[in-house]
Amino acid sequence: MSRQSVAKAHQKIQELSWEPAYHEPVSQYGTDYTFQKAQKKDPLKQVLRSYFPMQEEKDHRVYGASDGAIRGNMFRQVQERWLEWQKLFLSIIPLPEISAARAMPLLFRTVPNPELHNGQAIQMIDEVRHSTIQQNLKRLYMNNYIDPAGFNSSLRNFQSDYCGTIGRQFAEGFITGDAITAASIYLTIVAETAFTNTLFVARPAEAAANGDYLLPTVFHSVQSDESRHISNGYATLLMALADEGNHQLLARDLRYAWWNNHRVVDAAIGTFIEYGTKDRRKDRESYAEMWRRWIYDDYYRSYLVPLEKYGLEIPHDLIEESWNQIWNKGYVHEVAQFFATGWLANYWRIDPMDDKDFEWFEYKYPGWYDKYGAWWENYNRLSKPHGNKPIVFEEVDYEYPHRCWTCMVPCLVREDMVMEKVDGQWRTYCHEMCKWTDATAFRPTYQGRNTPNMGKLIGHREWETLYHGWNWADVVSDMGFVRDDGKTMVAQPHLDLNPKEMWTLDDLRKCPPLASPNVLLNEMSDAERTAFATRYVKGGPGGRPGKD
Amino acid sequence: MTTAQNPAPERSVPKPVFTDAEAGARVFPDSSSRQYNYYKPQKRKQSVYEDVTVDVQPDPRHYLSQGWLYGFADGRGGYPLDWTALKAWGQDKEAPQRGIGSGGMFPKEWPATGWHEFRDPNEEWELTFYRNNSNVVRQVNQNVESAKLSKAFEQWNPNWVRFVEQHVGAWMHVDHGLGLYLFANANRRAPTNMHNNAISVNSMHRIRAAQDLALYNLTLSEEIEGFDGTAHLETWKSDPAWQGVRDVAERLTGIDDWCEAIFAANIVFEPLVGELFRSQLVQQAAPRNGDFVTPTVIGAGEHDFAERDLRYTTAMFELLTNDREFADHNKALLQDWLSTWTALALSAARTLQPLWSQPDAKPPRFEDGLDRVKSRFSGIVTSLGLEAPKELAQ
Repeated sequence: MSRQSVAKAHQKIQELSWEPAYHEPVSQYGTDYTFQKAQKKDPLKQVLRSYFPMQEEKDHRVYGASDGAIRGNMFRQVQERWLEWQKLFLSIIPLPEISAARAMPLLFRTVPNPELHNGQAIQMIDEVRHSTIQQNLKRLYMNNYIDPAGFNSSLRNFQSDYCGTIGRQFAEGFITGDAITAASIYLTIVAETAFTNTLFVARPAEAAANGDYLLPTVFHSVQSDESRHISNGYATLLMALADEGNHQLLARDLRYAWWNNHRVVDAAIGTFIEYGTKDRRKDRESYAEMWRRWIYDDYYRSYLVPLEKYGLEIPHDLIEESWNQIWNKGYVHEVAQFFATGWLANYWRIDPMDDKDFEWFEYKYPGWYDKYGAWWENYNRLSKPHGNKPIVFEEVDYEYPHRCWTCMVPCLVREDMVMEKVDGQWRTYCHEMCKWTDATAFRPTYQGRNTPNMGKLIGHREWETLYHGWNWADVVSDMGFVRDDGKTMVAQPHLDLNPKEMWTLDDLRKCPPLASPNVLLNEMSDAERTAFATRYVKGGPGGRPGKD
Repeated sequence: MTTAQNPAPERSVPKPVFTDAEAGARVFPDSSSRQYNYYKPQKRKQSVYEDVTVDVQPDPRHYLSQGWLYGFADGRGGYPLDWTALKAWGQDKEAPQRGIGSGGMFPKEWPATGWHEFRDPNEEWELTFYRNNSNVVRQVNQNVESAKLSKAFEQWNPNWVRFVEQHVGAWMHVDHGLGLYLFANANRRAPTNMHNNAISVNSMHRIRAAQDLALYNLTLSEEIEGFDGTAHLETWKSDPAWQGVRDVAERLTGIDDWCEAIFAANIVFEPLVGELFRSQLVQQAAPRNGDFVTPTVIGAGEHDFAERDLRYTTAMFELLTNDREFADHNKALLQDWLSTWTALALSAARTLQPLWSQPDAKPPRFEDGLDRVKSRFSGIVTSLGLEAPKELAQ
């Protein structure tokens, strides 16, 4: 269709909606926001007659590239370090995608403008596309990459593993609670508009540098849809801004959504990009540099700040604090170190950093080696089962961290840990903002205002609780992270596939039992707890225990 | 040229490295385990459809050991099973109660509830979905373009022009309303990814069919002098013949129970009203009035329903009426829904009757068409193990 005919066609389909005369559509989701019914424009301007062939053409390109990759033996040049981290990433991402599809109906009744619903329906089916195309990419990796373990058990793993649980926020946050908080602010305004830049643009570049050009093929195709979804979010945001009564809620939700996305996405994607690569060219961008470009400049300065004049309260302090966490407090490095510490609870292999990696990190993040170098040297020394235990049980000047009740990433920047009794339970938070999210934002009142539709944080949020007192061999066995010989672990702290060098359940059997930091915290006396908190915040960087 | 050329600076690019990381390069535990091992296929082999669909939406009764993390204000998260009154076996068994030191409590036998047995017989995922729908829009476009080139619309008699602008046009609102507010809405409600993906595909069929009719209407406005491209709005809004259909369509979007919504729309309303209008009226009357184009446009929507949407719907409800624990419970409820919605659908169908007398060349009698759709409807209902409701005799 020509551009002119698409415009005419789009104008025509505006005639499709109608005002109910006899019965209203069911209203199943609530919001504390208010919207005025007013004529709006469909921001997507998409007509299915052109949409379907466009998507089909995109599919042709994706699947053509997939065939080419297999015929051209792409996997002979793929870096195992990179593909291993995709076992985590591709176990997580299909759920957020499909959850975004499920989120669209939350907006139908709460945003009473039928012009926007067409775009939301197209976003719905786009997200079905993303979820299934990504599952298929994972299937292709499973079939063609040297080590299928972890891909073959992907969704079981994701649903029982603590890393999967962290990632799951990036899905469940879209579909529950206040409809606008979830499906608009958290999903489209922050997750899609800000963080898909690092997820789907920056990360694929790193994939290509590691010999994997299939991931860029799939994810750039996905990202070309995301740019349309951003328009959906923008239209709803402008409508919300039109009512001053919403400004307080917008400010709350932007703070929550921004901070949670930073904690979750920066943790995961930062780790993939910095620690999942073998490309150590000095002039390739670090995650911090990418973040500065894609999130700080493109999103914050170009998208968010101009909305200030419409009354949107921008969380400038949190954006600067996120940068502070990444640049000054080593957030990504602390997370990667923790993932590696807990390698035995995962379902992918994490190899040690080597001299080339050290040199690159020191160049990009001056002072890195002093903080993390010795620990990674130890990780390398302890990576094979030669009479030693996994690094988490060895003396390497690292204290296993407490977990943040809100974002569920551990409290890794030790000085920022906050402890509080909330809902009758002592909880640790990785930062004052995560405490605020649990204790202040996700509550039925906010700053004296009733917010009866706001969601709740639920579930067993500390993974370790479930396995408190268990032997590690039983933990890994229970989760099913074992290979087909019944004893070799899926996870390994190295990339050597020689069975003699791989860790087994027998090696874990000799280790001390798992202890839940939160269970222990709640068993402490008040004095012990205070002493613990005082000491904990003196710890770090690099997981060093605090001194009394 | 006498000046020495400066050597081009070396570009900074990642260097290819031979890693030998392809399948089969080494033998070690799991090196040949190249199937998703966390679910059982419906048939002997795992299909691509199953691989890309099953277990993407998690379940606390299965592997989701930490449970849902975010809830609504009432503290419930995820996809509560009581969002429909129908039940699948195992769902009344208490979900695992996990806590300190409980471990994952993963069930030894799976599925733990019958909901997870459902598979879409159309095996729809993104590749099949876009391929099918692209083919449909291409075919519809070509048909309309060919008609334009051959001046086919000039053969239409004035009464038929009025019929198409008003009544064929009015149906676009049904497709649009149900596509968005019933089907798209229901894609948030079902407990498995297999259900929700099938429902979202159904939603897009309806929205596409609505747009097909709207754009066809636009073409006719450009091609036929005096064709009123806005007449469908008034017809839908106030023509008495359409108010029964409109009433039921709106009532359908008001259903809270997602199973009832799908059942009422695809098992009752579509066979009794949709197919009556499309297959027994438009498809029959059009050729007699010189129109070979409209049947191809409206036939695309008919094909989606008859060959795809009805197929997944019957597969979904067959499982529930044959459920090993709740078959009787489900049948009783479905029988109630049948009674309610059959009465409403038939009433709407009868209000459409004046349309049969409007074209110059008449279609087969309304009562004959109604008998045909009733007969087909009875077949669908009895194939599900239900009885044709007494309201069918209306």
